Amino acid sequence: MTTALWIGTRKGAFTLRPDARRRGWRLSGPQFLGHIIHHVVQDPREPKVLLLAAKTGHLGPTVYRSSDRGRTWREAAQPPAFRKAADGESARAVERVFWLTPGHSSERGTWYAGTAPAGLFRSEDGGERWQPVAGFNDHPMRPQWVPGDGTPDGELTHSINIDPRDPKRLYIAISPGGVFESSDGGADWAPLNEGCAADFLPDPNALYGHDPHCVAVHPHAPDRLYQQNHCGIYRLDRPARRWVRIGRAMPKKVGDIGFPIVLHPSDPQVAWVLPMDGQTVWPRTSIAGKPAVYRTNDGGKSWRRLDRGLPESRAWLTVLRQAMCRDARLSRIGIYFGTTGGEVWAGANDGESWRCIARHLPEIYSVTHAV
Amino acid sequence: MSCTVRIPSPLRSYTAGAATVPAEGGTVAEVLASLEQRFAGIRFRMVDEQSRIRRHIRMYVNSDEVTTLAQPVASRDVVHVICALSGG
Repeated sequence: MTTALWIGTRKGAFTLRPDARRRGWRLSGPQFLGHIIHHVVQDPREPKVLLLAAKTGHLGPTVYRSSDRGRTWREAAQPPAFRKAADGESARAVERVFWLTPGHSSERGTWYAGTAPAGLFRSEDGGERWQPVAGFNDHPMRPQWVPGDGTPDGELTHSINIDPRDPKRLYIAISPGGVFESSDGGADWAPLNEGCAADFLPDPNALYGHDPHCVAVHPHAPDRLYQQNHCGIYRLDRPARRWVRIGRAMPKKVGDIGFPIVLHPSDPQVAWVLPMDGQTVWPRTSIAGKPAVYRTNDGGKSWRRLDRGLPESRAWLTVLRQAMCRDARLSRIGIYFGTTGGEVWAGANDGESWRCIARHLPEIYSVTHAV
Repeated sequence: MSCTVRIPSPLRSYTAGAATVPAEGGTVAEVLASLEQRFAGIRFRMVDEQSRIRRHIRMYVNSDEVTTLAQPVASRDVVHVICALSGG
């Protein structure tokens, strides 16, 4: 079985492929040199198919599709775009396609895309033509849920999750805005943020306006959700609606702020996070210049520091929300992350020992695994 | 009405490398539609879904900056498309 890491960067897409023992990694690319690549995602239903979200500094956003494992690409005939605004209505335009998620296993060819400004789009033909999900984009509460373009990178739709038992149950996250769920395939939505802190809001018990950084539904226990939020690490066991802050069990000096969260392929008790500095003006770099991944094996009751092989000090890494992933192994899993400084790190054996497998790349936005 | 469109390098992947292409139309909107017909996808990279010229794109008809897609284009005019980048 082939395996590859797809690296989306500010200047193009790269791939890393390992040798048989996963000791040496061969870098290839760039493809789309000079393009801003936010996400490259394989279709688990048709593994030869990948979608790639691209734009440039001047050109509008688009999506490319490959049907030969990334050797050749073709642009979508109709990229994600908001509907034409009515007279007097705020006229939204997609500034970038930020996130891609394949649809349910029973819905071959269906994909979802999340954008900035916050929008949700769906394709039913493998990414060729995209339609707005009006149930979210035009929801009467959307102007309240999503406070507008108030952050430097704008409002982002990400973490699109589909319940593997039910193609109509969807979860999305808006940063900032919160987590939202739909039980009818996207026709209607409701906030799902109870229990999450929002220290930056006037009302600490607000129902929306939160800042989820990354949300993941467990693939084999889909009643369990994990969330790395701007204000902590959380777990939610449905049908409950109240998130529990499992990041309280992290060491106090480290805290529980970060961007990505990665789940184990089979064990719902296991998750990995990569803490960052969320103090004072939010440097978003490794805590005290000492990068580490943390893993829980008990659903967040305790966390174990994994830093063997990572720089011991003076390393100010930033890892964005799409830039950490796992491979397809069911045990001795490989964990991978890419930094905004252009390094890719591989953590063998569930992240127990780390090695830098690529450096000198452009600013890394996403690291995803493909088989 | 036949005019010439000067294509900047970031968009030449759509025109098979051509730096100038002929197009038809009596307005900028019609010229862009003519381009889109020949080079599928090129319009959306320059103009958003609300028919606004994108923030870092400028267009000129001869030496007049395009402020509306309804701007007239005459036969033998040259439509320039400019892409603006800054920083790294």
